[in-house]
Amino acid sequence: MVTDFLRMQGISKSFDGTQALRNVDFSAAAGEVHAISGENGAGKSTLVKILSGALVRDAGEVLLEGQPVELGTPGRARRLGIRAVYQEFSLVPHLTVTENILIGRLPTRSGLGSIDWGEAHRRAEAILDSIGFVGIGVRQKVQQLSVSHQQMVEIAKAVAEEPRILILDEPSAVLSQEELKRLFRLVVELKQRGTLVLYISHRLDEVFEVADRITVLKDGQLVGTVRPKETDQGRLIKMMVGRDLGEIFPVRNPSGAAVALQASGLSKPGSFADISFRLHEGEILGMFGLVGSGRTQVARCIFGAEPFDSGELLLGDTPIRPRTPKHAVEAGIALLTEDRKRDGLVLGVSIRDNVSMASFDHMSRWGVIDRWVQAALVREKVVELDIRPTVIDRLARQLSGGNQQKLVLAKWLLTRARVLILDEPTRGVDVATKVEIYQIINGLAARGMGILLISSELPEILGMSDRILVMREGRLVGEFTRAQASEERVLASAAGVVQ
Amino acid sequence: MTIEPTPPTSASPRAGLNFRDLLLGKAGGGRRRWVDYAFIIAFAILLVITASMSDVFFTQRNLSNLMRQTVTNGLLSLGMLVVVLTGGIDLSVGPVVALTGIMVAGMSQQGLPLFLAILICLVVGVMAGAVNGFFIARFKLQPFIVTLATLGTIRGLVFVYSEIPITPTDPSFRAVLGGGFVGPFPVSALIMFACYPLVWFFLNRTRAGRAVVAIGGNEEAVRLAGISTRWHIFLAYMISGFFSALGGVILASRLGIAQPSVGSGFELDAIAACVIGGAILGGGGGSTFGTLGGVFALGLIDNLLNLFNVQSYYQQIFKGLIILIAVLARRKER
Repeated sequence: MVTDFLRMQGISKSFDGTQALRNVDFSAAAGEVHAISGENGAGKSTLVKILSGALVRDAGEVLLEGQPVELGTPGRARRLGIRAVYQEFSLVPHLTVTENILIGRLPTRSGLGSIDWGEAHRRAEAILDSIGFVGIGVRQKVQQLSVSHQQMVEIAKAVAEEPRILILDEPSAVLSQEELKRLFRLVVELKQRGTLVLYISHRLDEVFEVADRITVLKDGQLVGTVRPKETDQGRLIKMMVGRDLGEIFPVRNPSGAAVALQASGLSKPGSFADISFRLHEGEILGMFGLVGSGRTQVARCIFGAEPFDSGELLLGDTPIRPRTPKHAVEAGIALLTEDRKRDGLVLGVSIRDNVSMASFDHMSRWGVIDRWVQAALVREKVVELDIRPTVIDRLARQLSGGNQQKLVLAKWLLTRARVLILDEPTRGVDVATKVEIYQIINGLAARGMGILLISSELPEILGMSDRILVMREGRLVGEFTRAQASEERVLASAAGVVQ
Repeated sequence: MTIEPTPPTSASPRAGLNFRDLLLGKAGGGRRRWVDYAFIIAFAILLVITASMSDVFFTQRNLSNLMRQTVTNGLLSLGMLVVVLTGGIDLSVGPVVALTGIMVAGMSQQGLPLFLAILICLVVGVMAGAVNGFFIARFKLQPFIVTLATLGTIRGLVFVYSEIPITPTDPSFRAVLGGGFVGPFPVSALIMFACYPLVWFFLNRTRAGRAVVAIGGNEEAVRLAGISTRWHIFLAYMISGFFSALGGVILASRLGIAQPSVGSGFELDAIAACVIGGAILGGGGGSTFGTLGGVFALGLIDNLLNLFNVQSYYQQIFKGLIILIAVLARRKER
């Protein structure tokens, strides 16, 4: 039998008594794309972090080409040719793309030792070109780039080191469809060059498209390794959660009702123009668009987080112009932002504070919070959304990703908003939690809340929405009813392809 | 995003309000660790050693001196803590101490009723804080820079008000705030001790206080929760200004003389007390009663080194070391 290129044997790891990995035997071959799937908390990140040297295992052995290796630190793993790209970027924001890609090995002029910038930029450009990431200015500072471009620079930086094992942890979360295609082409190319690519993603369609084999983890144990051709998404989900989830998307029963929010001619130069739509009570209105199409800006302007130039907003039949989020919240609008860590949660304070933050006014007298009322309201939401742990004085930081997302949702449910804008509500959330969130959203709509659902996941948009708006380059370019909408038509509209 | 559930980081979970949190008053969330207990124990050991080595330390006179000497830093640290919790810093506390000290002395000398002079000085302190807060909250300027600028400006104003020290002749100037006693306790220390629970209550039980703490953790998230972050940042600097003024008035009253040059370096002691007490510069953590511990740790070191006739340069060295050790000991926590 051929020795496996990478073999991890009997890997165990625990954090303060919580067993994150239990006796995991994992192996992968050179020149394959090996996906690692599982719910949040299944141990995927722990496993790859042990491999990349970011964490030290408690027990077990790692063999590379049959030889036991000592990983220990990221530096050591790197020298062995193991390189990881995590979701948390390791870029230096105020340095240029070139400096970030070539960090630590900028070319110098012979003799003087000063940096040869011309050569440096050429090299960085060549690296980006060679992996198909065009359109990123190497002289730009990283902080000026969009998140998706930052992600690509991060990947380029890793690939430039020509690793033997490349770990991609949720690389697609911030990429547009087009960029994702480029990433897949890159992954295929790396594979042909003999690189082992370990690919972690929540998006099963992606995993099925790119992976040669899929290993499923559940509760820190390895459930099994399958080939995409020999299974389907339903069976994989069953492996991940240990049971059937039934229908992912709940059945919708929309009812024609009063208008909850009406936008007419909203414009903001440089971001979007002439946005007009109606959102009805009890309706889920999907808004689809590629990254950079202006969806998020529209949402932020409606919520008062950014100013808009012209246009009108009607909430019910009252004209409003929220200047700050405070106005919007008081008027009854809620916005769940796309990045919970950046601007959705205060990780260092408790569940209690995070959930009640937007509703302090309802639970205070003369500025003093009534702790009993607060605890009762928060507990109610914790139970309603099945947030774990249920101990409301735990810090938000201690919760898993899915539970954190539910925390943000709970915050807005407590405000009793009439209009809820959800910007990527299931990003970075495992399948089981996704289904829960879909059911919660549906329940809210059934209670008469108007919901604007922004997402770059087409199945989510198609599965959840009563109507779908499509944005491209800051404009509304299409509207579909649920019956009219299909994956091809919505995508074509978003990409500007004439049919 | 793949986020594995963060492993439980410390003691077992506890439901609802618990006594230990109440006692230790951790405003920024988070749990107490061995470090906190280590400090308390170190503190106790220090006291025992001192008691056995010096027969002066445990006299009522020395203890009341110790308390009175810590009052000003105790009050400044309290205001500093509120600012630090928002993720800011207030370098201008020293000059505010000098300004309010010299003003209360000057006004008292001109025959203004003492309580009125004090009231005016407190308002002046709040206004100084408001200036800081206005620039920081309204224009999103860096707190370090803004308060560095006002540090100089307010110091200048002090000298404009009076270049020479003022010694009010009215005996009540010294008698009440700085020199008064209730039983064995100095009035000034009682005021300071009363302020700590008040600030604890503000930070932990009021809407505005929770907002202040949360802003230090994630300002944008708080803003998007419909809370005016501008107002709360503004408020934090006004609170710092208020406590600086109170500290300044009490200091002038205790010394019986208002020096225009007083208060240089006070901001460092206040920041040090917060940090020793567990505050994180940049926001996201801090504790009211931890800060009080920091204040006393610093005060005690001064007092002990004085008792043993150690030169003040060495005091500076010791203080610096203590701060470094405190920060090092807490490094693991983050």
